Amino acid sequence: MRTRLGLIQLVAVIASVILSLSISALLLVSIGRNPLEVAQVIWDGSFSDLNRLAGVFNFWIPFTLASLGLVVTFRAGLWNIGVEGQMMFGAIFASGVALFVNAPSIVTIPLAIISAMVGGLLWAVVVGLLKTRLGVHEIFGGVALNALANVFTNFLVSNLWSPAGGNALDTGPFPPHALLPEFSPTFTTNITLIILVLLSFIVLTVALWGSRWGLELKATGKNARSALLLGVPTERISLSAFAICGILAGIGGAYRVLFTFDTLRPLVSGGIGFLAILVVLLVNHQVILVPLITFIFAAVMFGSTRLKIRMQLDSSLAEVLQGLLVLLVMLSSGLRKRIESMRQAG
Amino acid sequence: MNIQLRGIHKHFGKVHANNDIHLKFEEGQIVGILGENGAGKSTLMKILSGFQSASSGDILVDGNLITYRGPLDMIAHGVGMLQQDPLDVGAFTVLENFMYGANYQTVLNRRQALQDLHNYTARFGFDLDPLRSISSLSIAQRQQLEIVRLLALGVKTLILDEPTTGISGEQKAILFNTLKYLANEEGMIVLFVSHKLEDVVELCHRVAVLREGRVIGERAMPVTTHELVQMMFGDVLKPQTRAQLDLTKSPSVITMTDVTLTDKRLEMPNINLALRAGEVIGFAGLDGSGQSLVLRGLVGLERIQDGHVHVNGRDLTNNPYKAHLQAGVTFCAAGRVEEGLVAGLSLTEHFALFAMSDPFIDWSSAQTQMNHKIEHYKIRGKSHDLIEALSGGNQQRVLMALLPQQPIALVLENPTRGLDVDSARWIWQQLLTRRDTGAGIVFSSPDLDELVAYSDRIIVFYAGKMVEVPNVRQTNVEELGRMIGGQFESYEVA
Repeated sequence: MRTRLGLIQLVAVIASVILSLSISALLLVSIGRNPLEVAQVIWDGSFSDLNRLAGVFNFWIPFTLASLGLVVTFRAGLWNIGVEGQMMFGAIFASGVALFVNAPSIVTIPLAIISAMVGGLLWAVVVGLLKTRLGVHEIFGGVALNALANVFTNFLVSNLWSPAGGNALDTGPFPPHALLPEFSPTFTTNITLIILVLLSFIVLTVALWGSRWGLELKATGKNARSALLLGVPTERISLSAFAICGILAGIGGAYRVLFTFDTLRPLVSGGIGFLAILVVLLVNHQVILVPLITFIFAAVMFGSTRLKIRMQLDSSLAEVLQGLLVLLVMLSSGLRKRIESMRQAG
Repeated sequence: MNIQLRGIHKHFGKVHANNDIHLKFEEGQIVGILGENGAGKSTLMKILSGFQSASSGDILVDGNLITYRGPLDMIAHGVGMLQQDPLDVGAFTVLENFMYGANYQTVLNRRQALQDLHNYTARFGFDLDPLRSISSLSIAQRQQLEIVRLLALGVKTLILDEPTTGISGEQKAILFNTLKYLANEEGMIVLFVSHKLEDVVELCHRVAVLREGRVIGERAMPVTTHELVQMMFGDVLKPQTRAQLDLTKSPSVITMTDVTLTDKRLEMPNINLALRAGEVIGFAGLDGSGQSLVLRGLVGLERIQDGHVHVNGRDLTNNPYKAHLQAGVTFCAAGRVEEGLVAGLSLTEHFALFAMSDPFIDWSSAQTQMNHKIEHYKIRGKSHDLIEALSGGNQQRVLMALLPQQPIALVLENPTRGLDVDSARWIWQQLLTRRDTGAGIVFSSPDLDELVAYSDRIIVFYAGKMVEVPNVRQTNVEELGRMIGGQFESYEVA
């Protein structure tokens, strides 16, 4: 019974992928473009050489961290919309270290990343406390704190951390000792962070599957009232979920400032958090699929940046494709549930 | 108008909540609808007011067969229901609530509505400020608002579900005067669902008594409370099952000392209760009379406003439930899947969650142990089945299987709710085994037989008051029925 359901789900996802690709292709045909050519450009944009691949990884690293964090909160039944703000706070804390700690890389970079973890954690725990102590729904809390994080970044960039004679658009480049190094001039990404992402993935997968905490998380997400009666400290579990998501998102934010941009600037998270929410909806809270899905998304996103130059097409085409995909997958799972309940009732 | 119910049946799964109900209500009458919990009175009233549909049967208004799809249709037919928790919108004002549902042409006429509201409140002496928000009103005021709203919608038959719970004596007097006026002067039909005998005696012209989904009888008032009690509860009690134990030397496992508990409707000051090791205390009373409040207060699930809760001598006042659990006190809620079991988790996962404590779960050990439990407790289900795939009786068995073998105390809300006789007996076997190893048990139940059969002491709850039955071994339905109906002047307050 279970395996059959799993099979139906797999078929539904594949059908959704095919359908969303077809709709996108139809869109392209309707404006007189060849979909295959577009696909070729996107593919080349991501995989034509090592440096392009490095670009994909640079997007994949913060994206996967945020997605892994969100799997944790979603498991606990928490819609952590605040993940964007948590990335921004990670970025802010890392920037503080990068700007003001004058020490060798071996000290500065770990310190910056640890600070980013603390920053993300603090911002996430605020949402968590608002939720558990004051009954503010995490979506509202998250939206408010995202806006605050944004305002605070702007304030830092234009006032407190604005470089002398700067343009007030960013803090100015960080000193080299504070930046994450590239692996090589031909593969311009940071291997340590890729390993860190994979490690987080493995640890989380094991913890969600086999630890008491993972089980308590799942029970809280499915029915917090019952979980409480089964001895789960649901409040603490919810807070821990926020904390872990905040830590991971914080590292993601650090990567954006210490590698991608070399500076702190407004909108530093670039909407990665919101995209990560789509990923988590798509994988239906299953952590095992996250790195693969984020890699595909990252490749499509990064590859499409070339569409503008090569084909005068807007790169937001990639977002249209992803939006369609998520919509159809969720639609198919909704449809499946309806059919199942109809079958049970009838 | 007059209303006739012909052969109404209602099934919820296996439960036959209404069984061939025939009733007729005439203009100008206040009819008490009586019955114990689960007798089917609320279901019948929900059907009549359009909140639920009957499985079969006809409703006739003024002799005409009517069809309906929801409460709005029934209001159009002149039947409106005041729910126990009034269906108002908390964030809106009195006036806004008064207006909703009204048949305006696109544009709301606030001035007209204000005038209408004023006319009604002046007529009945209601105290309703049109601009106050609902959330700042008392239950009685919200009822008053609901009544005038329904009247403004043209309702000619008013159904009230337990309207006197949680309102003061003065407010009750206003409510009763209003209802009498509506029936006597305006010829409305008032259907008064209640278990409070004094209210029924004071207010009603007639009563219809339901038991186990059937109409047991109809009487014109006055009727003696003796007869009402007999009709509501039947007259045969099964005998007590155990020899009387001398528990006076047995130590207390949970005590409540001078505790105050409150919720939206009830205020319960000065609760003193001691549960002894090896003792079973039964809480009787109609739903919502305070039993759940006390049961949950005992285990840290309701805030103790004042006073102390001790478990085995340790002060656990306002400690979280987890602390009570670790001290050996387990609570089981009445709603199994809503509160107690987690839909979406397998049996093994439940076992691991509740019965294992290692930071890392040994899944194969959890599965083996759950399989033992399944065998031992004869649960029809597999360890990897999701809990919602099991029947209610088997879900209850899983809960029993998860209970610790030697608890200090078990606190149970209606432990056999919805179970057939065999399953219920099996559950009690399990519970009594724990009792015999020294656990104290306190439970609530709507079933007098169950209460008398298993309890060493019975405490009757009535509108937040707690009264102990003087001698459980010699009690009878009449005595219990009277007490549940609120007539206990001669008894001591527990």
